[in-house]
Amino acid sequence: MMLRIKRVPTVLSNYQKDEAEETARRSGGCGKNCLRSCCIPGAKLPLYAFKKVTNTQSEKGVRGNENKEPPVAFLDSLVLGEWEDRMQRGLFRYDVTACETKVIPGEYGFIAQLNEGRHLKKRPTEFRVDKVLQPFDGNKFNFTKVGQEEVLFQFAASEDGEVQFFPNAPIDVENSPSVVAINVSPIEYGHVLLIPRILECLPQRIDRQSFLLALCMAAEAGNPYFRLGYNSLGAFATINHLHFQAYYLAVPFPIEKAPTRKITTLSDGVIISELLKYPVRGLVFEGGNTIQDLSDTVSDACICLQDNNIPYNVLISDCGKRIFLLPQCYAEKQALGEVSPELLDTQVNPAVWEISGHMVLKRRKDYDEASDENAWRLLAEVSLSEERFREVNALIFEAIAIGETIAETLLDEPDTKTQSLEIENAITKSSHRPMVAGTHECLVLQ
Amino acid sequence: MDSKLRLIQQSLNTRYSEWIREALDDLPDNFTITDPSISGHPIVFASRGFLKMSRYSREEVIGQNGKIFQGPKTNPRTVMEIREAIREERGVEVSLLNYRKDGTPFWMLFHMRPVFGKEDGRVIHFVAVQVPISTKQRRNGGVSLSEDGSGLNEVVFGSCRKEVDSDSLLELRRVLSLDSGSKVLDIEETCKASDFEERRAATAFNNILSVLTHCSELTGRLVCGKRCSVPGAGYVSSSLNISLGRIKQSFVLIDPHLPDMLIVYASDAFLRLTGYDRHEVLGHNFRVLNGVDTDTSTLHQIKESIQTEQACTVRILSYRKDKSSFWNCLHLSPVRNASGKIAYFVGVQIEDDCKNRDGHGLSPEMRQLSAVGAVKVAVRTSSISAGSSKS
Ligand SMILES: Cc1cc2nc3c(=O)[nH]c(=O)nc-3n(C[C@H](O)[C@H](O)[C@H](O)COP(=O)(O)O)c2cc1C
Repeated sequence: MMLRIKRVPTVLSNYQKDEAEETARRSGGCGKNCLRSCCIPGAKLPLYAFKKVTNTQSEKGVRGNENKEPPVAFLDSLVLGEWEDRMQRGLFRYDVTACETKVIPGEYGFIAQLNEGRHLKKRPTEFRVDKVLQPFDGNKFNFTKVGQEEVLFQFAASEDGEVQFFPNAPIDVENSPSVVAINVSPIEYGHVLLIPRILECLPQRIDRQSFLLALCMAAEAGNPYFRLGYNSLGAFATINHLHFQAYYLAVPFPIEKAPTRKITTLSDGVIISELLKYPVRGLVFEGGNTIQDLSDTVSDACICLQDNNIPYNVLISDCGKRIFLLPQCYAEKQALGEVSPELLDTQVNPAVWEISGHMVLKRRKDYDEASDENAWRLLAEVSLSEERFREVNALIFEAIAIGETIAETLLDEPDTKTQSLEIENAITKSSHRPMVAGTHECLVLQ
Repeated sequence: MDSKLRLIQQSLNTRYSEWIREALDDLPDNFTITDPSISGHPIVFASRGFLKMSRYSREEVIGQNGKIFQGPKTNPRTVMEIREAIREERGVEVSLLNYRKDGTPFWMLFHMRPVFGKEDGRVIHFVAVQVPISTKQRRNGGVSLSEDGSGLNEVVFGSCRKEVDSDSLLELRRVLSLDSGSKVLDIEETCKASDFEERRAATAFNNILSVLTHCSELTGRLVCGKRCSVPGAGYVSSSLNISLGRIKQSFVLIDPHLPDMLIVYASDAFLRLTGYDRHEVLGHNFRVLNGVDTDTSTLHQIKESIQTEQACTVRILSYRKDKSSFWNCLHLSPVRNASGKIAYFVGVQIEDDCKNRDGHGLSPEMRQLSAVGAVKVAVRTSSISAGSSKS
């Protein structure tokens, strides 16, 4: 059996609309100034090169920050400036600041937004929801087809260890740049997409390198209210081309207020906790000796979920220092007809933002009647059952333990770099089946 | 920097009688006072006790934001609670881990409350009392919610651990060091204050407040601990003030709902550009910048853009306080609040001659737009109806 749901897809790019009319074109410029080989030669975009932070804690040193001012403030100048520019150029489908928004009374203060424009003029489309990993399909809409005017800048690690900004940098096709583009259906001011190595056409699937990039972007923004999110396929991602979303909303999200209970501290200092008193069950990752430690642990957990075909959402909060991982089953329930019609009627798609407590509502009625209780009711449907959550956790911890074992094993090895890469790859490939033989081999090595 | 120090001096001097500092210094408690209307929301007073506890000198603390005392083990959720309380202009009481100048951490009970102006209900200052928590306190290891952590059941943790164990992966257990208790932590993860410390904080706050109230009576600009009047039109909340204070560019906010469209906010950079003092522009019409050679058709264009609620960019001859003129590339844009209605117009100025295009930073136009963006975010989020969170 194949599970499908029908839903109105969110339009992320102005070029998504004419997908139906899309036909194969030969090179020579398709006339849309896109990011494919037809239009990319000679194209230039601003390039922001961030300084690699090694220590997760470094940003809040006890005696403050002695660093000199970067040439461009990433969030306050670059993201917001470029975004406002696109707004004044009329590239968005609506003015999101004209959408009413409020905090719903209640312990956590769920945030509701009335957004009547986001889903207009789109017919419902079928989505397959039972396959978290699907191959990239170049015939479908993907971000290489957006117009260059929708791309704000290229985002890369700086080579000389200092923040650098180039207002007009050529696009280095060989090195497939990561880019930040606008979401033309924003749910808040500054809503953008981070598309890692855009020209590599990666499917929606977490890998260590891309996840680290997302964490770096959160760290670079340096503002706890600028968060990144990720939806896997089957957990309300609409486009199968690797992307993270991000936007700016200067109120705490309910999920960030929920208490947590520590499960464990890994040897590299990463602390894994469990969300408590929240309608959706999930894990919280924080700490770690380096941003890379934290990133790798979360990536491994995500890889484990996607390899086990479990849909999930990720929220990167607090400047990349706290990450929420939420396996979910709403779409599956929806496909199986297990979601109540009242909930379906609201047409709320519980993706990462909704799960985090920012509810985007399409009908005035739902907005006016929005209550703490309704939010809990919806989100309760999203959550895995207690039993299933335990099972999934066991898988995740196993996957993380494998990563840990390898790290430990390699500590004694002189030439660790190449080896760790090889083993990492081996693990990624074999982790479809939990309890891989590899674990034991590694342990024997010790 | 000098002008900021002057603002900090004025912060206490304009409200209170001249011996306010001495009076506050006579109090034995550890506390700081901040002014949300100054950019960066700096500390404007630190008590002797506070300096002794934190081991900083007064010069090192005045003008800084309270967050300089935070460090790696400071719980971000607690900081978030403080941030929210400030945004909602209400009090908060939390256990907070801070660091002394030498880098050593200590736990304290952080008790913060706003102080309001009696006549207009604005937040004038925030006062925070920091009561050190004695180390012999009971603690709740592992639970990051200090208020109710003790009440959580063991089942959650227990069953999860069993799950992993039941896979009989003994190695796993070792690797993951699931027995986090076996690790010796140098500092407790949470810490709960006793009733004694809570009472001490409350008493200290009341003593500070009575000093402030008393000293404000002498200037006739009264302050009080409870909001006794609702701020009227033209009021920019302290949280909006704090957010706007972070924006470096020259800009003003105009309230289009007030008769004569008065300026309700002016940034530090605007004051530097024009040479005015804040009180000379707040509550005045934007016309203050016009002079004899200002083109009336451009003024008309501005008016029209406000009427039609559209953004516009004009080049207009403006005048500083000293009557010297400059070409002002002015960008105007409507700014909406959380209900989606236009709350203000923002006007961002760039001095035409100063447009440096060194090719490295952002273009002046882009910086102008980023100020518009930052103002939009600040206005929208500071007006999201608050009061829902627990206080
Ligand atoms: C009156 C006052 C005193 C404060 N004192 C401290 C302090 O002693 N230690 C601390 O960690 N934070 C203190 N804070 C909190 C920080 O200044 C800041 O508000 C908090 O870190 C959240 O904001 P942020 O997002 O700018 O960090 C104080 C805040 C106020 C209003």
